[in-house]
Amino acid sequence: MDFYLTALLQGLCFSGIALGIYISMKIFNIPDITTDGSYALGGIVTGVMLTHTYPLYISIIAVLLAGGLAGAITGLIHTRLKINALLAGILVMTALYSVNLTIAGRSNLPLIGTASIFSIVNITSDVNINTFFVLLIIVVALVSLIGYLLKTDFGIAMRATGNSETMIRALGVNTDRMKIIGLALANSLTALSGFLITQQQGYADISMGVGIVIIGLGSVIIGETLIGWLRISSVWGSLLLVLAGTIVFQLVLAITLAIGVNPNLLKLVTAVLVLLIVSLPRLSFKSHD
Amino acid sequence: MIKLENVSKTFNRGKANEVKAIDDLSLTISAQDYVVVVGANGSGKSTLLNLIAGSILPGNGSIEIEGHDVTRLHDYQRSRWIARVFQNPLSGTAPDLSILDNFRLAALRTHTKRLNIGTNSAFKQQVQDKIALLGMGLENKLMQPMGTLSGGQRQALTLLMSIMDECRIVLLDEPTAALDPRSARLVMETADKLIIEFNLTAILITHNLKDAHMYGNRLIHMAEGQVIKNYLREKKLNLTQSDLFEWFS
Repeated sequence: MDFYLTALLQGLCFSGIALGIYISMKIFNIPDITTDGSYALGGIVTGVMLTHTYPLYISIIAVLLAGGLAGAITGLIHTRLKINALLAGILVMTALYSVNLTIAGRSNLPLIGTASIFSIVNITSDVNINTFFVLLIIVVALVSLIGYLLKTDFGIAMRATGNSETMIRALGVNTDRMKIIGLALANSLTALSGFLITQQQGYADISMGVGIVIIGLGSVIIGETLIGWLRISSVWGSLLLVLAGTIVFQLVLAITLAIGVNPNLLKLVTAVLVLLIVSLPRLSFKSHD
Repeated sequence: MIKLENVSKTFNRGKANEVKAIDDLSLTISAQDYVVVVGANGSGKSTLLNLIAGSILPGNGSIEIEGHDVTRLHDYQRSRWIARVFQNPLSGTAPDLSILDNFRLAALRTHTKRLNIGTNSAFKQQVQDKIALLGMGLENKLMQPMGTLSGGQRQALTLLMSIMDECRIVLLDEPTAALDPRSARLVMETADKLIIEFNLTAILITHNLKDAHMYGNRLIHMAEGQVIKNYLREKKLNLTQSDLFEWFS
């Protein structure tokens, strides 16, 4: 049971990535893979801040700003220099590896005896349950904030930017600026996941971001499938289903490991799983032909 | 109202496929002119409209709107004065957003989009009343995504969206080109009604010579990036449809 609880906690930690990818991919229609870099950046900044005994609230602000900056740079490269978004993301992600290594000073930052956001709540003696409540509060806050944002006038303009650029420009919105803001927001959410995971697992690692973008993509795609099945059109419903996607994704991975698949194959399993989710609707359509 | 002076625009300059889309064009459009622009494909009609809207910037010359020099302003900055209806119904509206959200953005064309929720019940009522004027029965479908509507419905709504905020100039780039004859007539009639009722200055590009004859109070014929014929008020009224057809035969 503890095994699945850990998967659930992991899923909640990854909700930042999932919401970030949802914003960049679904709302702005931009394939952004700065994610790998900004996630590790979030983790490394957390590690450095906490080992230097900065208070949590300053650390979290630093993490959000760092992630936002990374996303804004991708956005600037994409909009001002007219470079393909995928390439812009790869460039920033690659550059971030060196940046992260420089910030950390070494490849691994263990957190021993440092402050942790998860020790704020102390309801039971079970650390995992406490962690669960902290994550629940954070996730509810995130969804409420983003859900509210997307319903504001500014948020509607964000959604229109990815949906009909000619229209929204004709209605007075600088879409380049909007995309930069969107990518900054998406990557600060991703960095927030790095912040949470680092404290949950007790260390930050320079290579913690490798292949992490696929977790966000997989979660969003599962979420999208659920949104399609349930015919959800509301903003809140969509966000909640993306979160559900994150948790389902982690649970499926946990089950895979539980039935004895070699953990070395985890990334392969992840990739195959995402492939399956993407291709299932098409495969099932074919059989109806 | 709108003043273009010696405006030129060349695409792919210096390359084999160089096109001089607009060639040293000067044109003054007064307030409440309803200008119909006709011309063969490649005569520079759409480029002219895009230059006025700011989607493309001129190579030479200057553009003024209501006395402001807008030559270097981008399209999203000129939306202060200009509302647009595009040839493709998909371009003027956001398909995944609800009708209400589309109208909310249109109502803020000349304003900053802020971090507050503006789609409240008062606004809903306002949109409902506006849409009811169309008589298409869309007023009870505000929460429906725009993409579920037909091209004609979307064009009619785009027209209506242009008057949700202060509007003085409306640019119509072949708004009926993608529509069936019935929807096309409805859209043209709606446009005519709004332009007259709200005292708008309008520029309409069309390939439909019947429409060119029937609508507007000024007619411009373009060829090779220049205005070759320009008929104002009475002179336009005196034109017959067969005159128009002769230009193109």
